[in-house]
Amino acid sequence: MSLLTFTRRAALAVALLAGTTIGAMAQVTLNRGLDGDPTTLDPHKTSTVTDAHVLRDLYEGLLIHDNRGQVAAGVAERWERSADGRTYTFFLRANARWSNGDPVTAEDFVFSMRRVVDPATAAQYASILFPILNAERINRNQGASVDQLGVRAVNATTLEITLNTPVPFFLELLTHQTALPVHPASVRQHGEAFVRAGNKVSNGAYTLLEQSPGSHVRLRKNPAFHDAANVRIDIVNHIPIRDTAAGARRFVAGELHLTVDIPADQLRQLRQQLGNQVSVTPLLGTHYMAFNTAKAPFSDRRVRQALSMAIDREFIAEQIWQGTAIAATSFIPPGMSNFGEAPQPSWVNLSAIDREERAKALLREAGFTAANPLKVQIRFNMTDNNRASMIAIADQWKQIGVETTFISTDARTHFNFLRERGDMDVARAGWIADYNDAQNFLFLLESTNTLNYSRWVSPAYDAIMARAAAEGNLERRAVILREAAAMVSEEQVYAPFLYFTNRNLVSSRLQGFVGNPRAAFASRYMSLTN
Amino acid sequence: MSGTVASTARVKGTSLWADARGRLIANKAATASLIFLVLMTIVSIIGPMVSPHPYDRVYTDYVRLQPSLSAYPHAEQIGPGVERVAARIRARAETVEMRGETVRVTLVSPQRAIDERNLAFFDRSDLFHAARVVERHEEGRRLVIEAPIEWKYFLFGTDGNGRDLLTRTLIAGRVSLSIGLLATFVALVIGVSYGAISGFIGGRTDAIMMRIVDVLYSLPFIFFVILLVVFFGRNFVLMFLAVGAIEWLDMARIVRGQTLSLKRQEFVQAAEALGVGSKGILARHIVPNTLGPVVVYMTLLVPKVILLESFLSFLGLGVQEPMTSWGVLINDGARNIQGATWMLLWPAVFLTSTLFALNFLGDGLRDALDPKDR
Amino acid sequence: MLIYILKRLASAIPTLFVIVTLSFFLIRFAPGGPFDVEQQLDEVVLANLNRHFGLDQPLWMQYALYLGGLLRGDFGPSFILRDFTVSELIMSGLPVSITIGLLSLGLALMIGVVFGSIAAFKQNRSADYSVMVFATMGITVPTFVVGPILQIVFGLTLAWLPLGGWNDGAIRNLIMPVLVLALPQVAVVARLTRAAMIETLRANHIRTLRSQGLPTLTITRHALRGALLPVVSYLGPAAAALLTGSIVVENIFSLPGVGRYFVEGALNRDYTLVMGTVVLVAVFVLVFNLIVDVLYAVLDPRVRFEG
Repeated sequence: MSLLTFTRRAALAVALLAGTTIGAMAQVTLNRGLDGDPTTLDPHKTSTVTDAHVLRDLYEGLLIHDNRGQVAAGVAERWERSADGRTYTFFLRANARWSNGDPVTAEDFVFSMRRVVDPATAAQYASILFPILNAERINRNQGASVDQLGVRAVNATTLEITLNTPVPFFLELLTHQTALPVHPASVRQHGEAFVRAGNKVSNGAYTLLEQSPGSHVRLRKNPAFHDAANVRIDIVNHIPIRDTAAGARRFVAGELHLTVDIPADQLRQLRQQLGNQVSVTPLLGTHYMAFNTAKAPFSDRRVRQALSMAIDREFIAEQIWQGTAIAATSFIPPGMSNFGEAPQPSWVNLSAIDREERAKALLREAGFTAANPLKVQIRFNMTDNNRASMIAIADQWKQIGVETTFISTDARTHFNFLRERGDMDVARAGWIADYNDAQNFLFLLESTNTLNYSRWVSPAYDAIMARAAAEGNLERRAVILREAAAMVSEEQVYAPFLYFTNRNLVSSRLQGFVGNPRAAFASRYMSLTN
Repeated sequence: MSGTVASTARVKGTSLWADARGRLIANKAATASLIFLVLMTIVSIIGPMVSPHPYDRVYTDYVRLQPSLSAYPHAEQIGPGVERVAARIRARAETVEMRGETVRVTLVSPQRAIDERNLAFFDRSDLFHAARVVERHEEGRRLVIEAPIEWKYFLFGTDGNGRDLLTRTLIAGRVSLSIGLLATFVALVIGVSYGAISGFIGGRTDAIMMRIVDVLYSLPFIFFVILLVVFFGRNFVLMFLAVGAIEWLDMARIVRGQTLSLKRQEFVQAAEALGVGSKGILARHIVPNTLGPVVVYMTLLVPKVILLESFLSFLGLGVQEPMTSWGVLINDGARNIQGATWMLLWPAVFLTSTLFALNFLGDGLRDALDPKDR
Repeated sequence: MLIYILKRLASAIPTLFVIVTLSFFLIRFAPGGPFDVEQQLDEVVLANLNRHFGLDQPLWMQYALYLGGLLRGDFGPSFILRDFTVSELIMSGLPVSITIGLLSLGLALMIGVVFGSIAAFKQNRSADYSVMVFATMGITVPTFVVGPILQIVFGLTLAWLPLGGWNDGAIRNLIMPVLVLALPQVAVVARLTRAAMIETLRANHIRTLRSQGLPTLTITRHALRGALLPVVSYLGPAAAALLTGSIVVENIFSLPGVGRYFVEGALNRDYTLVMGTVVLVAVFVLVFNLIVDVLYAVLDPRVRFEG
């Protein structure tokens, strides 16, 4: 034991010595919670927001989200769009470096984007790059090869991307983690193992030091990063927290400086204890109830409207979620780019009593009476918050004479059931924007979309969406998209009830954290005070 | 011949159980536990029927309410309660006055006359009965109304949805107790007969039977249970029958181990020498003599199943709403441990005391049934 | 004895085969797949993923491929944690689980046997009751209640111990998780010991020893030998339960053990990970049961090996 102690001490001494020779200053370590293990640190296979938090620290794309969630210059210093909106030219900064010192070149991006759309990679978000010329055909294995992808290196620092059609939100797409570059040489050398600590070469503010599943992902400041001078935190530990209540306690004890979730039911008590260290900010996402429009009586618009009207969203947001969610009446969350004010259903300004009377009247019109009540089975994926919300909604529906039952299942069963079009009445679902554009919500209701849980088929709606896709002018396009959104609101195919939020505990020592609608919390903007 | 053996066994058996009953009654802790469990069962069955609050009734004005012996609403809740109603009426409560059993409110709406249909919201609120207009001023833009206060008791407080925790704790007791008993009964029947037969016959049969147990044993239990939930999650009775059908393994092993030891003891060998048939020996000597450890194990199994259910609740795989169980309630409580302690406290007290009683009863039973003392 | 052990090990192979087959088809028939998540994927992408992981092939083919891999010791890649193979995940978590598992089992045995013996010697006296009440406490309160309470008391209020994290197995980080994991086991061990001890104390040979007025310690030693039998047969399942049941402790104390893989693997339909955990537990239980049976024979000469 004494020997062990000795070796530990010796190792410590060496480490200290090394530390003093390099920086002469104590290293600043940031401990931030993650809502689970990252599924992968390969930006092209990533699929979760959890991954994004880590990847944002490791890599820098052509464009990035700054700490307010705004699109900003990343590796690309500036860019130009052709007059027809189909071609983008990106001029890369000359001082962009990989962590091993290699320059970040346009070729690297060509390599990376080809890798994303290559079906063999099985990239979970390959669809993000589908607007690029031939991307979808390559990914679908429809005869196009990866070198036909519309991405070209004009020279080492100039990248040209050609699209199928003008997509006004294309720059926004490039901020997605799937559009991040990988280091071609290390991918070629190590294959899939290039993501491992030791092999990993990255171009962001941090490099991968150590990854231990279930324990932590440890990152170290990347001295080769072009803005390294402004990176204040030397070591970042991303720590998966599977029990949010325990995570909150660890935060209170000072073991974490930042968490990415708060147990909603403890919010009041945490606010009392922590004051403004509790941060709740809007996120681009909506919880909704999907009605099965292929099944009577939910095929009847009046029934859907009645049920939607009867949901007291403020109660659910304020009492059930303790203010950690926002009442939603429109499917498109507020703050969506290129969209403007979201259309609301016509009944949104009615007083509560009028809404209730209208709802009851609509149900009567649809043939439901006290003797013949509407019976609804609510399906949801089991989480504490979902359960509480569904109980509240069921109770509110009871007020207008509806009888409800529940079926709760685990998430995989639930979402598989929805995708496979199982027999259901109403199901809870949620959607968070993959990119900041209303199309990313409205496309869910297109007749051919497999995620159209309501099975709603409306040629009129599809036509509107097609018109929007063909419209290059942002303002005219916004008008068309609002038309589509208005149709969703009036039909109440989906009854939105809450908007998602970022729910963070932020240490008063932590500077530079800004709650933003894209959940972009890069460590490079943060610093710790004493 | 077997008929005579069976009948003697019955005669003997009666006296054994009568003896045991006497000893059990003499054991104060066990008797108290038994009485407690009976009471708990009765309360769980009858309680929800006589409770003024249905177990699934949501009181939207009383979310996460602290337990209190005095009736709600408390004085400090009246003001905010009136304001909430006023907001829904789209008016402002200018003055709020408590007058004994009623509250007198002046409602003001700056622009339009107040829609008096909206006064229904007083009745709709959980705090008041139907309101009546006492005075009308300024063309209905200013109303003075009176609403009787609606008194309600929440002795255990309410949960995160505003449901009475006392009623829910009781209904949860029904679910948890029946789950525990059901699964244990299934396990008992399968386990004891399997183990006794295996141990008694011995040889190849024993080896094969124990190999089957080994296979089942080696399946990760949790994996199996999760799959059961995924397959049968909607029907909890079925689900826990299935749990019982897995949980018999320990029982079988224990009984077999005991049987192996017993088989070699003098009294069994004596019986064999006297020409008592296998069935007779099993029924008369082996099974009764394994009862001690089996009862001990059983009293551990009932709580184990109840705890297993609570573990499933921890994983979010508990009983379907609006039903509930102690596990579900305790899990909710454990998450609220710092904010709403009562949500943990009351279900935990019920669960813990029941499990304690089961354990003491088991000890008592064990001592009472101990054949060595005969 | 050696032959017996070898025989047992050889016969474990068909057992394993049955288990693997059973689990493979069970998890495959569960509704939903590894990629069914709230933020659902594009169908084109889904097809690529299914092809990538071989899910587009007929089930019997996948089964054959899986068995083939297994024979080469290849558990395949995880479907959810895509940077790791199942073997890597298990190997990184196993030391953690084994450490906390063995420590808590040891602790539980120590306290449980002592408590159980005290209770048996003082049967029906106040010492019996108080010891057993205390021991029983451990099994009546769910771990997900005890965990947070310990965190609040020792982590927040007293600030003696860290609330979570593995920290390379530092003792400070281990105390609370080990304690939480041990408590329910203490209760079981104590009860089993007490029951068996009472039985043994009445046995003729112990009665003889007692009547000869031998010191209590000597009697205890003799009595323990017999009384430990049920405790020993409990150890096998207890060890497996510690491995699979540690998810609560792992979640509350943020420990990187394998316990969560049993639950998350099944819930996430991470097919390969589930199979990996199934094989792990099966091997674990088989080995432990063998050890238990050997111990049983050592402790109880009346039981002889038949086989």
